[in-house]
Amino acid sequence: MAIDTRVIGTTLPTTTLTIDRGRLRFFAKAIGETDPIYTDVEAAKAAGHPDIPAPPTFLFSVELENPDPFAFLASMGVDLRFVLHGEQAFTYHAIAYPGDELVASPRITNVYTKKGGTLEFVVKNTAITRADGTPIAELNSVIVIQNPGVKP
Amino acid sequence: MTRAESIVVGTELPPLQVGPISRLTLALFAGASGDHNPMHVDLDAAKSVGLPDVFAHGMLSMAYLGRLLTNWVPQERIRSYRVRFAAITPVHGEPTCTGRVTHIEDVDGERRATVELAVTLADGTTTLTGDAVVAV
Repeated sequence: MAIDTRVIGTTLPTTTLTIDRGRLRFFAKAIGETDPIYTDVEAAKAAGHPDIPAPPTFLFSVELENPDPFAFLASMGVDLRFVLHGEQAFTYHAIAYPGDELVASPRITNVYTKKGGTLEFVVKNTAITRADGTPIAELNSVIVIQNPGVKP
Repeated sequence: MTRAESIVVGTELPPLQVGPISRLTLALFAGASGDHNPMHVDLDAAKSVGLPDVFAHGMLSMAYLGRLLTNWVPQERIRSYRVRFAAITPVHGEPTCTGRVTHIEDVDGERRATVELAVTLADGTTTLTGDAVVAV
């Protein structure tokens, strides 16, 4: 199966996530974070933050708030069981805090194949901003699809 | 926290060792991160594609590497951070995160260090490689 390269440049629907302390504490627990600035408001304030900061990779979760975040891949004919995360990059502009309403605006920027079509790659860029447009970060994801039925 | 003047090319970050990744950790990370891909929590889904077991989210390991960075410098000094996922991390894998300063330059009036990053398992498998640029 080859993904139609005409999807390059496609803008995907935006997703909004309003951050709260409970979600950030849950994330901190899941990643084993022990630095109190990520769970304790007073510790965060003592370190110069207005509230507990969203950790560097939490911003990846904004898009996942979409009820069906992988629908764009399924719509290209991709079997989600064969999808792997190839690369992930973040460029930071500001730290996000509880109360911030974050907006993720994703766009497909490239599609290509390797190894005679056994591996397909989808590259997606996502801008994360506050609702007022303040830039928070840019994300770049490389998604790898391992096509089991294709012989190299 | 590290003093800026002590950071030079070759400086190694204090490594971060993470205990064996349990199925509970994968369940918590699925919920906390919003990544509900069944391949990380549902054994039936993993077996349906011929895998012997579920495997850890790549973004969980990237979060561990993020902890390595924020243990070393305040988060507001991280300008960029990227990784390549080189191998999957099995359940019970024990990641060790490492980093080393490879380059220092002045950009936009600030001194920035490039840190080469890696995550390796106890058996020597490298699961993630990457780099971060931090103001120092």
